[in-house]
Amino acid sequence: MLALHKKKRDFVGTISMWIVRIMFFSLVLALLLLLGKIITQGIGTISFEFIFDDPKNNMTEGGIWPAIFGTISVTFIMILLAVPLGVCSAIYLNEYAKDTFFNRIIRTSINNLAGIPSIVFGLFGLGFFILFIGRGMDEVLETGLLFGQPALIWASATLAVLVLPIVIVSTLEALNSVPKSHRDASYGLGATKWQTIKNVVLPQARPGILTGTILAVSRGAGETAPILFLGAAFFLPNLPVTDLCIGDYCIPMINPAKQFMYLAYHIFILATQSSNPTKTLPIQYGSTLVLIVLTFLLNITAIIFRYRFRKSLGRL
Amino acid sequence: MNEKEQEFYSKSEDSKYGKKIHKFTRTKESLIKLFFTLNGVAALIFIILIFIFLFKEGFRALEHIGLLDFLYSYRTAADGTTKTIFEWYPTSDDPRFSLVPLILGTLMTAIPATIISTIFGVAAGIYLSEVANPKWKEFLKPLIELFAGIPTVVIGFIMLVIGASFFNDLLHPDNRLNAFVASIGLSFVIIPVIASLTEDALHSIPNDLRMASYGLGATKWQTISKVILPAAFSGVSASIILGFGRAIGETMIVLMAAGNAANITSNIFLSVRTMTATIAAEMGEVSQGSDHYYSLFFIGIVLFTITFILNLIAEIIINRMRKKNTF
Repeated sequence: MLALHKKKRDFVGTISMWIVRIMFFSLVLALLLLLGKIITQGIGTISFEFIFDDPKNNMTEGGIWPAIFGTISVTFIMILLAVPLGVCSAIYLNEYAKDTFFNRIIRTSINNLAGIPSIVFGLFGLGFFILFIGRGMDEVLETGLLFGQPALIWASATLAVLVLPIVIVSTLEALNSVPKSHRDASYGLGATKWQTIKNVVLPQARPGILTGTILAVSRGAGETAPILFLGAAFFLPNLPVTDLCIGDYCIPMINPAKQFMYLAYHIFILATQSSNPTKTLPIQYGSTLVLIVLTFLLNITAIIFRYRFRKSLGRL
Repeated sequence: MNEKEQEFYSKSEDSKYGKKIHKFTRTKESLIKLFFTLNGVAALIFIILIFIFLFKEGFRALEHIGLLDFLYSYRTAADGTTKTIFEWYPTSDDPRFSLVPLILGTLMTAIPATIISTIFGVAAGIYLSEVANPKWKEFLKPLIELFAGIPTVVIGFIMLVIGASFFNDLLHPDNRLNAFVASIGLSFVIIPVIASLTEDALHSIPNDLRMASYGLGATKWQTISKVILPAAFSGVSASIILGFGRAIGETMIVLMAAGNAANITSNIFLSVRTMTATIAAEMGEVSQGSDHYYSLFFIGIVLFTITFILNLIAEIIINRMRKKNTF
């Protein structure tokens, strides 16, 4: 009786274990199929011209350079806005703030901010950056309708608020992992708080902060929903660039007041709203492949960084 | 802190050693502290501003459209009888602003997606934490997390060009783009979330429990199903709640794959329109300051509130779990 019971029990267990295994590997298979489809369909389109040319012939031919350039510009400005603010507030929360009610509220809100739908950030960007700040600036500076309309800077600022939790949380994790004994040793040598942070804590936390920054870039470059009505354009003949001249020397600079093309938005608009979706299918697959490669490279870098960072902490 | 210690600390505040720090350095230190505090406050202000501006614009909708108009409206038929209707037609001459079809559309995509993702995500979490070879796990977990980083527009695009045709041939649905196709797409995003968090929850169960279970003669599967999963129940349910929140807030996949027709239906193979897709599709064309414009912000409030509450519940559960599991 006992033997029989044992056998049956093992049978159910073995079956269940195999079901778990099969489900996991079917999942991996589905994800790899998705990736494989994009690569096989998109690789034929990728060429030097595809990446560095403008769209031609009502977007049915040519390249996607303006979209790539727009993505780089927006994420670049986004990083300039989000990383200093995020890192500094994480330093405040981890190093200076005491565990008060107020600080717990900040931490909880930051965690919650990460879960708010990205389209809501789009609404916020429209309501706050464009209509409140932009229109406000127009009224004060009497510039007509210059700032109070969708533009690159407002899209970057909105994405910066969107990725702020990512930067803060990963910086907090990095700062938290610096052992207390190192700080104590620094204080023991007579260093002040700021000297300790600058010379002991931050150098050790740098890989963790970098990981957060890379993840933020990847997230920002892949977001589409918040920038739908913040200045992303279907097609623009010119890059959002203006020459900044000092005397005779002119340097081309990103012009944050212009509208822009965006890689993720480009895929969306070609797939759903262009006049001939089947004709542009190779371009859609090509753009998708470029976007996937871009985000995967960033994410893999971040994962390797984090892996090494955690491993180096294990050695301490 | 006893009295002696207190005395020591209060004295050491202005001891001769403390005074040796240069006055300039002290000012500098406090300025730096002020700088970081300001940054922390600025981050909080942004969070509050999101709240304020969303609600400021959204509540203006209530000035012209009543709260009840967001639920239903009346229509008088030719024979004089009035009927209660639930329709979202914000741009017609007789605009109707019922959010019922949009909320139902969101649930029609989010609930099936959460069910599919729970089955596969929890299985993947169990596999990663309990079944997989630890050496493989170091490679497989980042792989799953890597897929969480796929831009959602890519998944929307794949569901639009491949998924929709595939399921059209397989199941012959009523609409080519429907709630089912969208929920399959959503699963691609939510499965990694649930899998990763489930793995964390299972991994945080102390090894003693496993050893005790094996010691009682339980098999591996019995240990997983009767000991580990019940012990990690709160963590696993938090991951499912977070996954559900993501499904409700996801925009691009449902915008591209759900068909965007505001049907009230329990048929998963019909097109539906979600709250997020409505904002994304209509915000670009709406004239600023109109009722329609403010009502889109009102949808934003509804979305914000739902996801905020879901996240808060998940966070409370996770915090409790952390406290409980510190053996």
